[in-house]
Amino acid sequence: MSTTPMSTTPAPTARPPQLSSVPEGDLRDRGGPSQPMLIVSDLKKHFAIKGGMLNRTQGHVRAVDGVSFTVLKGETLGVVGESGCGKSTLARLLMHLIPYDAGEVLFDGESIGGVRGLTMKEFRRAMQMVFQDSYSSLNPRLPVEESIAYGPRVHGIPPAKAKEIARELLTKVGLKPDLFAQRYPHELSGGQKQRVNIARALALEPRLLILDEAVSALDKSVEAQVLNLLRQLKRHFNLTYVFISHDLDVVQYISDRVLVMYLGEIVEIGPVDAIYEHPKHPYTRALLASRLSFDPAERVHEAPLTGDPPNPINPPSGCRFRTRCPMAESVCAETSPRLEGAVAADIHVAACHVQNPGSGHSLAGKAPVLVARPKSGAAPLAATA
Amino acid sequence: MTTATAPSTVPGPVALAAVRPLVEVEDLSVKFVSREATVAAVNGVSFAIQPGEVLCIIGESGSGKSVTMRALMRLLPKGRTKIGGRMRVGEHDIMALSDKELTQIRGSTISMIFQEPMTALDPVYTIGHQIAETVVKHEGCSYADGLKRGLELLEFVKVPSPERRLKAYPHELSGGLRQRAMIAMALSCRPQLLLADEPTTALDATVQIQVLVLLRKLQRDMGMSVIFVTHDLGVAAQIADRVAVMYAGRVVESGPVRDVLMNPQHPYTRGMLASSVHGSARGVDIEAIPGSPPDMRRLPPGCAFAPRCKFADEACRAASPPETVPAPDRTVCCFKVGSPALSS
Repeated sequence: MSTTPMSTTPAPTARPPQLSSVPEGDLRDRGGPSQPMLIVSDLKKHFAIKGGMLNRTQGHVRAVDGVSFTVLKGETLGVVGESGCGKSTLARLLMHLIPYDAGEVLFDGESIGGVRGLTMKEFRRAMQMVFQDSYSSLNPRLPVEESIAYGPRVHGIPPAKAKEIARELLTKVGLKPDLFAQRYPHELSGGQKQRVNIARALALEPRLLILDEAVSALDKSVEAQVLNLLRQLKRHFNLTYVFISHDLDVVQYISDRVLVMYLGEIVEIGPVDAIYEHPKHPYTRALLASRLSFDPAERVHEAPLTGDPPNPINPPSGCRFRTRCPMAESVCAETSPRLEGAVAADIHVAACHVQNPGSGHSLAGKAPVLVARPKSGAAPLAATA
Repeated sequence: MTTATAPSTVPGPVALAAVRPLVEVEDLSVKFVSREATVAAVNGVSFAIQPGEVLCIIGESGSGKSVTMRALMRLLPKGRTKIGGRMRVGEHDIMALSDKELTQIRGSTISMIFQEPMTALDPVYTIGHQIAETVVKHEGCSYADGLKRGLELLEFVKVPSPERRLKAYPHELSGGLRQRAMIAMALSCRPQLLLADEPTTALDATVQIQVLVLLRKLQRDMGMSVIFVTHDLGVAAQIADRVAVMYAGRVVESGPVRDVLMNPQHPYTRGMLASSVHGSARGVDIEAIPGSPPDMRRLPPGCAFAPRCKFADEACRAASPPETVPAPDRTVCCFKVGSPALSS
């Protein structure tokens, strides 16, 4: 197998690692291992809603509303939440596919697209994305080999070499190039198309991959194959993942840390085991209790939450979850709970007044814990003495 | 109306309960014919459902589960579809019904709910109008009475502030409410059989569980039979009495939900359970089923699962396995059932 260092493109620093080797110390690493791959602070995106006779702005959808977190090097950060909570907007903001209204994103300690730091082109190389809809994200008129080679060509690799890279990547994602390289997207199954999308995302040797519901549209048996592939590629290419999904089981399987979103805000963030075994936020507890067991003896007889998430155009005052929260009190309507120290790496925090002893909530300091067996249906809430 | 030409003897050695099943499907096959190819979507499916029973058909996309359901309601396009076999629901021989008779039983004896309530509901009429229309059509009451029934039904499916929702258009409702409105409409004429085609797949987890709990309660209160199609084993465990696992247009395994999910016999069912990331240990590869489902235009001659099956041998590739009955009330289509390789 030929190695193909992409030395023709000006890399941020030294020569990128070779495709077929496992990088020991990543040469593209600038900030050192303790520098987070991504620092996101107070990121905001409000979409204006226009309407009426003069097409004036009538309101804003607060899709992402003041989100701060870090993504460490080499980890997988899972992002969970229901539809409309801002997961996908967050992914697009991180990729700079849409401009954000406020906040800052630092990649390996450097700002993006400004006078200093990374140029947008360098940044786009370092960070790539895989979308949910595997068909609409591929060009239907290009053979998949061309689709994969497109990125490298734009970044200055000669066409012949770009094709070589494409064929090598097809092998890496488990598709035989002789069989698949010349096929068009409509000639592939859903799982195969998603493999092509992953290969294309890897063609520029990114360091961070954003997977936005990348396995959600696949059948279960194919989903398992793609998840195995993603884990294998992560080791091989020394990748960091931001894995966005609504499927709690998949997120638990693949993530090191988990971030829970509700109506444009982070409600809880922490290491995966802490979140799944000792969830702090009532919303996280409800989400976990909504998982369905495979054992018919463990049926849920009462839904943990009632109603749908409220409209993000006019979110509830104070804590946004209070309208569905079993523990809501007047303080929850008055002040928004803060997520303290979410930027720190290993911390497990929740934005809930109950978690904050000084908040004025009657249960504050006596944080309810999930009674054991998190898998069994409706998890009862019990206050610890 | 046509009298039922129910099969006199039900095939298979399974001793059925004394009650006559509400639904009997025997050797159903559905082929889609076009100039390029013939797609054999369903290949000899048989099952029976007792009154008040919930059958879950589990399968991946392209396994023929939705086509089976649509065949039961004769919703498939006429000229391009070839349906074979026998289907009976209540007193109706589905294959022998005229178009007029079909219109009568659709919505009254059999009704159906779909995955996407937004496309199944009519966007230009209010929820109340759509329910009232169904009731007026089938029960011959006045429009005002129909609306009144609509209000009761919305209360019945636990839609908050039902008076307001009755006057709402589908786009004004959230996904969960839309699905409830569709359930209300489906139940408006007290059907004996409800067909549910992945009704919770498009919903969020916290809303899905609400709809499942509601459906189960309504089914019990009304004593209706339900065929519930899903790809999600967790949903099946939550709602089913019996399950039928489909692969490439065949039922490969069926039985009581607990037996099938806790003690699967067919390699495909086992593979499905093993490849679900349900509580899998992190850092360990999932036992995925290799390969992908077969091309329904060119099915392999033997067992359709053989190319992906680690237990397959020459016999599997040569002929289609017959239905075997490893335990009372269970069926499995696999040559290897009971063999030492499989019984580990």
